[in-house]
Amino acid sequence: MNENIIEVRHLSKQFKNHLAVDNISFDVKRSEIKGILGANGAGKSTTISMLLGLLIPTKGSVNILSIDILKHRYKILNKINFSSPYVDLPKKLTVRQNLYIYGMLYGVKNINKKIKNIAKELDFEKLLENKTGELSSGQKTRVSLGKAVINDPEILFLDEPTASLDPDTADRVRTFFEKFVKSHKTTIILASHNMEEVKRLCNTVMMMKNGKITDQGTPNQLINKYGKKNLEEVFLKIARQE
Amino acid sequence: MMLSIKRIIALVLRYFFLIKSSAPRILELMYWPTFQMILWGLISKHLMTSSDWVAQTSGALISGVLLWDVLFRSQLGFSLSFLEEIWSRNLGQLFVSPLRPLEMVLSLITISFIRTFIALVPAVLLAIPFYSFSIFQMGISLMFFFASLLMTGWILGIFIISAIIRFGVSAESLAWGAIFALAPISAVYYPVTTLPIWLRGISLCLPQTYVFEGMREVLFTNQINIEYFIKSVGLNIFYGIIAVIIFLISFDGARRRGGLINTGE
Repeated sequence: MNENIIEVRHLSKQFKNHLAVDNISFDVKRSEIKGILGANGAGKSTTISMLLGLLIPTKGSVNILSIDILKHRYKILNKINFSSPYVDLPKKLTVRQNLYIYGMLYGVKNINKKIKNIAKELDFEKLLENKTGELSSGQKTRVSLGKAVINDPEILFLDEPTASLDPDTADRVRTFFEKFVKSHKTTIILASHNMEEVKRLCNTVMMMKNGKITDQGTPNQLINKYGKKNLEEVFLKIARQE
Repeated sequence: MMLSIKRIIALVLRYFFLIKSSAPRILELMYWPTFQMILWGLISKHLMTSSDWVAQTSGALISGVLLWDVLFRSQLGFSLSFLEEIWSRNLGQLFVSPLRPLEMVLSLITISFIRTFIALVPAVLLAIPFYSFSIFQMGISLMFFFASLLMTGWILGIFIISAIIRFGVSAESLAWGAIFALAPISAVYYPVTTLPIWLRGISLCLPQTYVFEGMREVLFTNQINIEYFIKSVGLNIFYGIIAVIIFLISFDGARRRGGLINTGE
């Protein structure tokens, strides 16, 4: 787990009068699960959007798999994927149709077999012929996660992946990602407000506030450093300090 | 830049599944062209009894209606397919995938062609038994007109989706209304000479004007005016290049503003 798979340097994003991300730098190693924590508006989603190439930074550089994504993002897009509650899959298409189309877009081979396997692992086999818009929010989240792993990504960006799931399903999803990272050596960038999830899944955590990285380390390092009982207390301490 | 046929087909499939999933959607596609053809067919039938000029040129109005609908449908098919992505908040997902903006444009062109075909076939075929008029009497020139109008519709579509990417869903109404602003100066139902002199220059800058002028020439004199066709295609290429440049600038602007993620209902 030594190779840097993501290198971010002096990244900033200014929206008119609002500095959403302020000169942040960090690295992510292969097979690492890095959590990005911060209150709403801290700059987590903006950072992820810039790493995905959906948003052009005002300043700074992002290298993913040794590719400068500001210049050559199309070289790596088939090796990454993401899931976010802020985007949807077409509601009028069935789950199978949606996954098939994304399988094609990512150049996946044996798409039907792949869809079957993913649906089994994420427990939505029975939903494959249902229209995506008719699913419950928890079911949609699982399908969205299925889309996110359809291309066996080397890097996966997850924004609040278990936000709308019941505890049982959320636990299954976390177990799925633990296995997925082991079997595929996938790197995950995880933005979440669920501290138990972050502590369970993440090797390292990056705390953000007002667009800046305020601290980073392993969950235990941060808990010890701030002298708190758990990550939630660390989060509250950082979020509330002036 | 390498474009991928597979990704283009993937997106065409996405729109095709959407059309296929809804019978009302297919009926709606066919409804307006057929309705227009019946209405204008009856008007021209009435005029034929009272005007020698129209009597000699029976079919000019129906041809105008049908060909105008080629333009309208191709623009609408293009723009609405793109709007489906906005409405379903799918744009972010698409552009995190390896899909390139120009591949999206090519898939929108393909699905627009399919939608236009579905929309117009019933109207064109029904005109034969209803009014003893076949648009196919224009022969090979019909293919030229059809191709040129499709191109114009797609170019208008590219301008419209560029505006939607730039200004968000508030620009959605352009997809429905923009083309009607062009109708009076496109010489659809009357020659360009009918227009006031100051408007003729504008009209002659539009590719579709040459199609409708050419259409009348075929119907009135049975002559194909190649010059009209060349001017129409030439203008389409010119505007097409401008449209693609504007689209790419809008797309780039959306990536700067975060519009690819936030654009939605």
